[in-house]
Amino acid sequence: MARIELVNVGHAYGGAANAGTETRWALRPMTMTWRDGGAYALLGPSGCGKTTLLNLISGLLTPTQGRILFDGKDITQLGPRERNIAQVFQFPVLYDTMTVFDNLAFPLRNRGWKEAAVRTRVGEVAELLDLAADLKRRARGLPPDAQQKISLGRGLVRTDVAAVLLDEPLTVIDPHLKWLLRRKLKQIHQQLKVSLIYVTHDQVEALTFAEEVVVMNHGEVLQVGTPQALYEAPEHTFVGHFIGSPGMNFLPCKLGANEARMGDVTLPMDAEWLARAAAAGTEHQLGFRPDAAEVLAAPVASTAGAAWQPARVQSFQPMGTHSLLQLGFGGGSVWVRAAAAFQPAGDYVWLRPLPGKLALFADQRLVPRSATEASIAPHASTPEAGAAP
Amino acid sequence: MSATPHPAALALKLEGVEQRVGAAIHLYPLNLELVPGQLNVLLGATLAGKTSLLRLMAGLDAPTAGRIHEGSRGAWRDVTGLPVRQRDLAMVYQQFINYPSLSVRENIASPLRLRGVAKGELEQRVATIAEQLRLTPFLDRRPAELSGGQQQRTALARALAKDAGLLLLDEPLVNLDYKLREELRAELLQLLRVRNTTVVYATTEPQEALQLGGNVVVMEAGRVVQSGPTLQVFSRPASLAAARAFSDPPLNVLPARFDGTRGIATLANGAANGLASGLSGGLEVALSPAAVAAVRATGVNEFLLALRPHQLHSEPGGCRSLTLQGTVELAEISGSDTYLHVHTAGGDVVAQWRGIHPLSLGSRAHLFLDPREFFGFTCEGAALFAPTAAAGET
Repeated sequence: MARIELVNVGHAYGGAANAGTETRWALRPMTMTWRDGGAYALLGPSGCGKTTLLNLISGLLTPTQGRILFDGKDITQLGPRERNIAQVFQFPVLYDTMTVFDNLAFPLRNRGWKEAAVRTRVGEVAELLDLAADLKRRARGLPPDAQQKISLGRGLVRTDVAAVLLDEPLTVIDPHLKWLLRRKLKQIHQQLKVSLIYVTHDQVEALTFAEEVVVMNHGEVLQVGTPQALYEAPEHTFVGHFIGSPGMNFLPCKLGANEARMGDVTLPMDAEWLARAAAAGTEHQLGFRPDAAEVLAAPVASTAGAAWQPARVQSFQPMGTHSLLQLGFGGGSVWVRAAAAFQPAGDYVWLRPLPGKLALFADQRLVPRSATEASIAPHASTPEAGAAP
Repeated sequence: MSATPHPAALALKLEGVEQRVGAAIHLYPLNLELVPGQLNVLLGATLAGKTSLLRLMAGLDAPTAGRIHEGSRGAWRDVTGLPVRQRDLAMVYQQFINYPSLSVRENIASPLRLRGVAKGELEQRVATIAEQLRLTPFLDRRPAELSGGQQQRTALARALAKDAGLLLLDEPLVNLDYKLREELRAELLQLLRVRNTTVVYATTEPQEALQLGGNVVVMEAGRVVQSGPTLQVFSRPASLAAARAFSDPPLNVLPARFDGTRGIATLANGAANGLASGLSGGLEVALSPAAVAAVRATGVNEFLLALRPHQLHSEPGGCRSLTLQGTVELAEISGSDTYLHVHTAGGDVVAQWRGIHPLSLGSRAHLFLDPREFFGFTCEGAALFAPTAAAGET
């Protein structure tokens, strides 16, 4: 296994001549280090550049610029075979007529392993994948999930690979079995400490599998972070939108010295934070998650204060476990998640985004709050907030 | 909306309808009535019979037995086996089906042309519907030049343009990725709500059924197991089958033993195996007087307790007087929730927690339960009791 470093790596199909303009990059130049034994996911919609990035690592593509290092050694110009990478694809890749044992043994025999060592290693991997009972069966007759486990086994059986790359490996798996294979992958990672890089457009796959997720869009890496960080502190509006269901709410806003204005709504905010946001870009957006707001069906005596704002109900959906409201608020439309028993009493409800969970974006990039949580605390403890039932 | 008044939404009545193909039974005899203008969701797993039923409603297939009647403004006609061309309906499929050689504009216009709608009105209606489905910039493209989401928007636009009295949608969003699905579902819902059309929408996803609202027809293995207002069926399933169909992640079902003299239930497996903590005698569930009466009336002491995943809470408090302990097998992160697969001595359970909880494999998990939130079923799967409305808030 190896630490993988990407140093200023960029790729444009058609070569350097195409790389000049920003829009021509299939992968914009980026620098990143993946630690040895980590579990990473590359996540983004189709055309985001994740497959290009995977092919650069496997050696199917040579980058237009930059260097790729495995454990400090420059392998940029090496082909796939010399890089010692194992790959698992969307569809099972195996020899139909061979037994499960011979399929798993193939990569080892191919590299001249002694038969006794082959037997030991195949036994270990089969045990790990719950394939031990099927070793003598032919691959052909097995169901798709077992076949995909064999493909996975073929990727994991070698002990000398730098990393195992998985390209949407659960595509063919029945939805009811997916969680079992997800668990299997996690167990394998925990036990073997192999470096795994998993490409998917599916949020569930990526967030469930990975320790760290690389979110990409339009050829650009927008954020690398734990699932929790992507959810709680998205660094780009696309990440806020793409992670979570419904995604983060965004409202275009105008910044004042001590407040942000969105349509007819004004929210008091930290002056220093606002100043940094103003300096960071020209277009500003306020963001909050649908579960980062409180909602009341009717005004209470103290809702006249700044904290609670009337919001027009555009749609109301009881979801059994909770309710979803789509509200006209701050010159835009926002989703809010309320309790299952919540019922709007009329055309308006009263909304209060939680001050501690607001995010501010300048030209779509997060403006960090810095360590100034305390400075917004007075708003969080207004009598209005205290009046919430 | 278009200047032309909508045709009347259709009523549909299925009487003793069944479908067999050779020896295989696709649909057992069923009765169903659809009220004009209502949104109906067919909810069930793959192969439950949803598509078979939609095809019978559309007249694409004729039933093996039974009659299908269509009602318009109070007048009924028998449409059993009547070809789809002679019916006033539109259908949208899982696959993105469009005329490949026609532009998006002509795809949307095609049902209007067939009906001989005048040029000016036709253009206006295409423009309106394209705007609603955000297809205006793509009107001159061909389907192959569009993304999957845009192709399905085109198919939906064509179906809506037809302004039929019955609109059948067979898992229309299933082949889109989750962000597109989320977006298009919300938009579609708004469009359907303002239309005077009877809608039948097939889905495998309970969350989608709940979001669509209206009425639900829960199907399992070729049978209708329950139908009624969606939220009502969700909160008071008539059977274990209906409760299971309405739970994703899956419903947690725990065998229990009834102690009539004390009015409690003991979790059958868990008690002896140390499933429960904090209760030396095992996991005892205090039942409401109504639940006690319901179980007692069966005359059998073995029954099933069931909990939806969101009722296995991450935090104690309130009336959550019971604790389940176990080992985390996997923390799946879905949308804004974490699905926690937990192995307990009493069996494997799934908990649904709000937010992202990074729990590693093999770590200990504590699940807090409120006895008022249990469903009760007989061992044969008939409903005994359901949580009271006040319970279940998170």
